[in-house]
Amino acid sequence: MEIIEVKNLAKVYNNGGVETRALNGVTFNIRKGEFVAIMGPSGSGKSTLLQILGLLDDYSHGGFHFNGQDIKSYNSSEVAKIRNEKMGFVFQAFNLLPKSTVLENVKLPLLYSDRPESDWDKLATEAIEAVGLSHRINHEANQLSGGEKQRVAIARALVNQPEVIFADEPTGNLDSKSGQAIIEIIQKLNQEKNHTIILITHETYTAEYAERIIRLLDGKIESDVKVENRKLDGKSFVK
Amino acid sequence: MKLRYSIKTALTGLRTHKSRSALTILGIVIGITSIILIMSLGAGAKDLILGQVEGLGAKNVIVLPGREPSGASDLASLYADSLKERELTALKNKNNLPNAVNVMPIIFGSENAVYQNEIYKPSLFGSGESMAGLFDLKTDKGFFFTDEDVKSKSAVAVIGDKVRDKLFGQSQALGEKIRIKNTTFRVVGILIKKGQGSFIDFDDSIIIPYTTMQQYVVGTKYFQRVVVEADSENNIEAVATDIKKTLRDLHNITDSDKDDFFVSTPAEVADKLGTIFNTLTIFLTAIAAISLIVGGIGIMNIMLVSVTERTKEIGLRKALGATDVEVLTQFLLEAVILTGLGGIIGIILGSGLAFLASVIINKFAGLAWTFTFPYGAAILGLIVSSLVGLVFGIYPARQAARKSPMEALRYE
Repeated sequence: MEIIEVKNLAKVYNNGGVETRALNGVTFNIRKGEFVAIMGPSGSGKSTLLQILGLLDDYSHGGFHFNGQDIKSYNSSEVAKIRNEKMGFVFQAFNLLPKSTVLENVKLPLLYSDRPESDWDKLATEAIEAVGLSHRINHEANQLSGGEKQRVAIARALVNQPEVIFADEPTGNLDSKSGQAIIEIIQKLNQEKNHTIILITHETYTAEYAERIIRLLDGKIESDVKVENRKLDGKSFVK
Repeated sequence: MKLRYSIKTALTGLRTHKSRSALTILGIVIGITSIILIMSLGAGAKDLILGQVEGLGAKNVIVLPGREPSGASDLASLYADSLKERELTALKNKNNLPNAVNVMPIIFGSENAVYQNEIYKPSLFGSGESMAGLFDLKTDKGFFFTDEDVKSKSAVAVIGDKVRDKLFGQSQALGEKIRIKNTTFRVVGILIKKGQGSFIDFDDSIIIPYTTMQQYVVGTKYFQRVVVEADSENNIEAVATDIKKTLRDLHNITDSDKDDFFVSTPAEVADKLGTIFNTLTIFLTAIAAISLIVGGIGIMNIMLVSVTERTKEIGLRKALGATDVEVLTQFLLEAVILTGLGGIIGIILGSGLAFLASVIINKFAGLAWTFTFPYGAAILGLIVSSLVGLVFGIYPARQAARKSPMEALRYE
């Protein structure tokens, strides 16, 4: 089943009369449970595409359906609800609340959900366990290492049991060891829990954890191929 | 987002910058403290003065010589001579004032009282026997002089507790002789300590028959006041009307604008004073409220800074599903909690200062100043301070709500 359907999607920025086409008509679909990496050089439009797919920004032309529904039919409150219930975000800069604890950070999406308050602690604790940070649950975010912070961000993205997880350069601010650990956690979520993952990266090494890579260039799709030597648990496998 | 968590989130936001939050609410604290203090002191002053007016007797009508005073500093009535024995007799006539039970003249004076080597200058009053009843004066020792003493211009005196202390110390006072001007008076009564229950401090007074005062002390024939006691509070207006008619007839006055006397009831005085106090209190409170506006502008300024500083956090919350309304509510709540907290601190501080003031006034000024916790002012202060947060917090909260999540997340 297609969870994301995009047709001739375009995004045009207008800065003081100067038009910039960040996306120039992209078309693709993503199935439920698929792990897709979107790659491209700086200015290729990959971040813009992620923002549109994550309902964080509008598009200028084309069509975008999420779970079969045209996104344009939703108002801003409904869009916020979809972001809260159906999507999880992992950002390059982690974007945690520094003075809040791990538990409080992970609970943040629940504050805006319709889930009963009595379930919040349980859901958050489970998400924290899934990323292996139970021993740091009451530590403030600013006391954590980079890798730990990104794990908390992943737990936060998971807590509402979303359908799609968007990861924007999740290893960008981490050393290689921490980065590998993070991408392995993300892959595990896809393999074991069947979360749909959309990963933005400029690192081929990281992209090879996905099953499919969409390459963008100048706002257009340059290629859309299955990964041949996909990495599983850090090892490459020939498919 | 649940209200409880909204409040918790708002409190967390404020706790992150404790010093800044404290300085921000200073304007509100000062404003509310001032308002509470002014309203509390105003109420205390009003109670004190009205209590003193009540001490003049709720059923008493006071006649003053001369035209109606133009203000508190108008002392013309002290020198007007339109109330003399003739007027007193007319007012005592039951045919003229059927609802009056007592008519009593008062003469004011201030002379040295001398006993042996002691000299003291109390307030001096010349009056009649009914002064004791009208002002509820009771003697600790001896008795109040009688109408016979008034008729015979006896040189007798009733002294207050403070006068006894100043002139006689621990010695026996009753029956002793004191000299006022060139006349020797025998002390026939010592009043029970009363405190300042009216405008007159009877503890610091000497009361002598008014005929004696006229003859031997002041040398004048006129009275500064005539006090008429009505048989009931319901008949005060009737008594006042009868007094005016009697005196106008006596003085051949047909135009009330040409009255050479003035009639006042404690109720009228209390009413006028009450209006004056209320107006003054409102005026001063309004001035204090200006500081609330200044404080509110400060709140708005700091909230705008806070919104800018927390742009990324706003973007994050929106990305995680917060709606514009939820973001607006969070920042508005922060402003209202901030100002509400300032209001509470101001109420506590203002009440504390008002209580301290009442203790000082009681102890050092010897006035019967009552402190009552200003419930009305406290509730008003809390509402006003919260409203300030609402009014001055709405603009920054809207700025926060309008931020686009992605632009906010990209903000450096």
